[in-house]
Amino acid sequence: MIEIEGITKRYGETTVVRDVSLTIAPRTVTVIVGTSGSGKTTLLRMINRLVEPTSGKIRLDGEDNRSLPGYELRRRIGYAIQGHGLFPHRTVAQNIATVPTLLGWDRARIDAKVAELLTLFQLDPAAFGPRYPHELSGGQQQRVGVARALAAEPKVLLMDEPFGALDPIIRAKAQDDLLAIQKHFETTIVLVTHDMEEAFHLADRIAVMDKGEVVQYATPAEMLVKPATGFVESLIGAGERPFRLLAIEAVASAVEPGTAEGEAISSAASQREALSTLLWSGRKALPVVGPDGVLLGKVSLDGLAQRAAGRS
Amino acid sequence: MLRLPNLFRLLALTVLIAFLVQPQWFEPLLRPLVQENAPAIYNQGSLLQLTLLHLRTVAIATAGATVVALALAILVTRTSGAEFLPLSRSLVNIGQTFPPVAVLALAVPIFGFGEKPTLIALFLYGLLPIFENALTGLTTLPQSIMEAARGTGMTGRQRLLKIELPLAMPVILAGIRLSVVISLATATIGSTVAARTLGEVIIAGLQSNNLAFVVQGGLIVAVLAVLIHDALQAAERSLGSRMGR
Repeated sequence: MIEIEGITKRYGETTVVRDVSLTIAPRTVTVIVGTSGSGKTTLLRMINRLVEPTSGKIRLDGEDNRSLPGYELRRRIGYAIQGHGLFPHRTVAQNIATVPTLLGWDRARIDAKVAELLTLFQLDPAAFGPRYPHELSGGQQQRVGVARALAAEPKVLLMDEPFGALDPIIRAKAQDDLLAIQKHFETTIVLVTHDMEEAFHLADRIAVMDKGEVVQYATPAEMLVKPATGFVESLIGAGERPFRLLAIEAVASAVEPGTAEGEAISSAASQREALSTLLWSGRKALPVVGPDGVLLGKVSLDGLAQRAAGRS
Repeated sequence: MLRLPNLFRLLALTVLIAFLVQPQWFEPLLRPLVQENAPAIYNQGSLLQLTLLHLRTVAIATAGATVVALALAILVTRTSGAEFLPLSRSLVNIGQTFPPVAVLALAVPIFGFGEKPTLIALFLYGLLPIFENALTGLTTLPQSIMEAARGTGMTGRQRLLKIELPLAMPVILAGIRLSVVISLATATIGSTVAARTLGEVIIAGLQSNNLAFVVQGGLIVAVLAVLIHDALQAAERSLGSRMGR
């Protein structure tokens, strides 16, 4: 649990973050979005005290984050940034081992952890461990960056535009991997991005920042149906709203009784995928099957249209 | 590894060593440069010994300059030392603008004749390249890497020793290389105040109008400079390539 209470950051006359209060539930993904200069990165960096707040308080699991020296605090919090920030003179394995080494873990435990993480990120430890970062592709570097952030098993992982430098296909894969890893380690993730698509894809809750203030803090669905301000609405993009709404819900929750002709869709797919399949195949309804292949019912164009309008 | 440039270097090194150990082998080559009856090979001391003393002088001066310049660069690139940056820059610049001959002239009355004034002149003269390069190396590190180093919870000292210095090392080495090459050449003037360097050979040649002495003294210094320059550059490259530069 991260409790942010009345946090303000001023640089001279300019207020970058103004009186922000947020409570971030454990084991969730919270995405902070906003335009550049909205203060979202500064807010994130105040959690691990890379930036010291002018006033206010941040508590991690009830403990004030100023009760430890900054560097000790940061060893307990994962931190991944855009452009990965890997140390170019150290191998992949040494990079991942950074925080465990600082914490004084013994060699065997570090090696085991590095191997575990590389395997988890689909990189062969024997092949990739001894390589230098510049010998890796952009996607691989990004994965090593996240692996390094997770190496000391932090409860909290802060990510600042971690996928910003990736091309769209690798980015989508990296996002899915992140969600899987979040479930695996039950990490609390706070992620900063300016990409709304990414925010809706990853977030349990989204905090929208504008001019240093949080203008809305809500679940993706709430935000789509009831945007708090015109700014939130414009950030979501009026034209995208129905599709985003469908994208965050699984087909399972839109299943209607009955059957339909043709190829079935999985209940785990998003409603947006279902709509897309409906439109592309020119059908009015699709059969829906569960993960075990059992027919659950159908999903119809009309039903999805109602949901897309936020009236379900 | 034995490509053409390296073959040349190996050859130059071999000839240099041969010349230092057995100078009389080369007597026929230098003979045409001298008048009848004058010696073609330096005969007032061992060339090998002079070369070693020359290298020792340069090594001591450069080591001193490296320690001081690097310490200064580290100090002024910390947040707590940033205000000393302009002051240390001008101090080091003065060291460079002061002609080594003038330093010798000023140092002799204080320290007497011999190696000391030469060491002081070379030390002062060698500071600037190392300091400037160390400063460049330490202040142009990629922002994302420095951010990551702080983010992983490294203390200031750990960042300096584990990240900043290793990453800046190729640039720092380039500064040391520059300083060494300058010192190798400049050390010869130390012999005007009785320091034992290869300058002795050149000065002896100038005094007795013996071109062969001047040529052999000059060539030994030049070949030393080229070989040491290339060796240090190779070290920089191998450091740099590991980092993907």
